[in-house]
Amino acid sequence: MKLWKKNLLLILAVLVIATVPLILLPNAEFGGADGQAEEAITEIDPDYQPWAESLLEPASGEIESLLFALQAAIGAGVVGFVLGRVTSKKGGKSTEKQHESN
Amino acid sequence: MMKTTTWQKLVLSASVVLCAAVFFTPQVSAMHIMEGYLQPGWAIAWGAVCIPFLVWGFFSISKSVKQSSKNLILLAMCGAFAFVLSALKIPSVSGSCSHPTGVGLGAVLFGPSAMSVIGVIILLFQALLLAHGGLSTLGANTFSMAVAGPLVSFGIFKLSKKLGASSAVAVFLAAALGDLFTYVVTSVQLAMAHPDATGGFLASLAKFAGIFAVTQIPLAICEGLLTVVVYNVLVKYNHKELETLHAL
Repeated sequence: MKLWKKNLLLILAVLVIATVPLILLPNAEFGGADGQAEEAITEIDPDYQPWAESLLEPASGEIESLLFALQAAIGAGVVGFVLGRVTSKKGGKSTEKQHESN
Repeated sequence: MMKTTTWQKLVLSASVVLCAAVFFTPQVSAMHIMEGYLQPGWAIAWGAVCIPFLVWGFFSISKSVKQSSKNLILLAMCGAFAFVLSALKIPSVSGSCSHPTGVGLGAVLFGPSAMSVIGVIILLFQALLLAHGGLSTLGANTFSMAVAGPLVSFGIFKLSKKLGASSAVAVFLAAALGDLFTYVVTSVQLAMAHPDATGGFLASLAKFAGIFAVTQIPLAICEGLLTVVVYNVLVKYNHKELETLHAL
């Protein structure tokens, strides 16, 4: 199988795994797992007081999602840049020997 | 030597990404232990456990970079890959969301200790700027995500290869099980710090594992598959580098 076909199938599988819970559990909240852990700690240890607080917090949910999207975009940019570099036939010198693994 | 400026640019872009990761990880759907939720004794103990791993990781990175300057660009990509994956909040069968860790790829390529340094940088910035995780819980979070997860990933990769699995299968198992193990460690850490009044450690562990580890199972599979996608490309185009890194 060609590399891009193999990888396309793998990515499709990821999309399916991520979508199935949304279809199977239409009424779930899909909140964060660490928020639930906080609740669990309060249940186990009702007197526990967090003894430290975060120094800075994002101003709103919107800003948080902005930062989130930026993180993914920048990370993907670097991954794409490096993959583009290593897969280019001209770049680098003669070290770019291709191996066909198909 | 003539490539120096290019490498400098790469290092610079990598540092920008590191810095960016900070801003961009959400406080809500994460796996890291929240600021202030581990008692000072535990916080210090986990921090101390991480120190030798960080030193080991630092030496391991400088060794790989010295070996070949190409390793630097690959390491930058492994770091960036971890940033992308930790930005993806994915819904899970438990009805809540979490995100993968993305450190398995780096562990397979650069050995068990290299990701400890990258992981602690991500966690530090997130704790400082994003209210995600925390300074007091930095040691515990570093241990689960940047020490224990990569160690398991590396071990599983080598073991699977030894048992005759193909590289792709070995990479999938390494990334998926390392991811899952990170959350198991998080659950253990929380259970040790907050044992149940009646059921003790085990009752607490069941509770935290039910929250973290169960949510993580499908996400771990996603991380495994995505790691194989990148690995496939590297095998085709960077065969020689992977050979020198013993990552084939």
